[in-house]
Amino acid sequence: MLIDILRKELIKLNVKCNDWKEAIEEGAYLLEKEGIVNKNYKDAIINNFYELGPYMVIAPGIVLSHARPEAGVNNNGISILTLEDPIEFGSELNDPVKLIITLAAKDNTSHLSALSKLMEILMNSDDLNSIINAKTVQEVVKIIEKYS
Amino acid sequence: MKILVCCGSGLGSSFMIEMNIKNVLKSLGINGVTVEHSDLSSAKGIKADVYVGTRDIAVRLEGLGGEVVSLNNMIDKKELEDKLVEVLKKLNYIK
Repeated sequence: MLIDILRKELIKLNVKCNDWKEAIEEGAYLLEKEGIVNKNYKDAIINNFYELGPYMVIAPGIVLSHARPEAGVNNNGISILTLEDPIEFGSELNDPVKLIITLAAKDNTSHLSALSKLMEILMNSDDLNSIINAKTVQEVVKIIEKYS
Repeated sequence: MKILVCCGSGLGSSFMIEMNIKNVLKSLGINGVTVEHSDLSSAKGIKADVYVGTRDIAVRLEGLGGEVVSLNNMIDKKELEDKLVEVLKKLNYIK
């Protein structure tokens, strides 16, 4: 269920970050402090950005930040971080970013059902906007529970 | 007809786009299309009629021998549907 993978400890709202790297690190740290990934994971994500460009900025204002299982993933997990001030990621069409979704997948397949539920949320613009503008973690949890 | 969706790691956006493509094809009543996803480096060894990726990835899919569809916004179903229909028409798969 999505709520098992995206639980309330993995949600942090209206965080202040100075640049895209800091935002990626904050998002990955939510997973790191719960033991879902180890500390190498955030560096692997940042390297992905350097290597492939801002392709992880998947839609206006949204980053799906992730690296491969072998980059230090212990368990499946998804964290949600919203930014107090939107940040430029260098994406021509989808900047600035307000929502950082960090995905940790421990293998190629076991995270897919949670990911498909997450996609349903992203495709529902009302729920998506409610998450982006949420003031409390409880508001976000309520939406995630709807899809779980 | 085979569509391969690619992203940097083959774990996140490629699967999500694959899901959306399957939904779009279903809603348009288009059958017989295989949709798979992979990471960018594996894509080179997988033969497909159409390669799909987000903008930054799509430029790296040129030259693999298929049509390339480049997506700006992964959660925009309309963009996906329009571009998919366009390429399937170009390949004479649909009228």
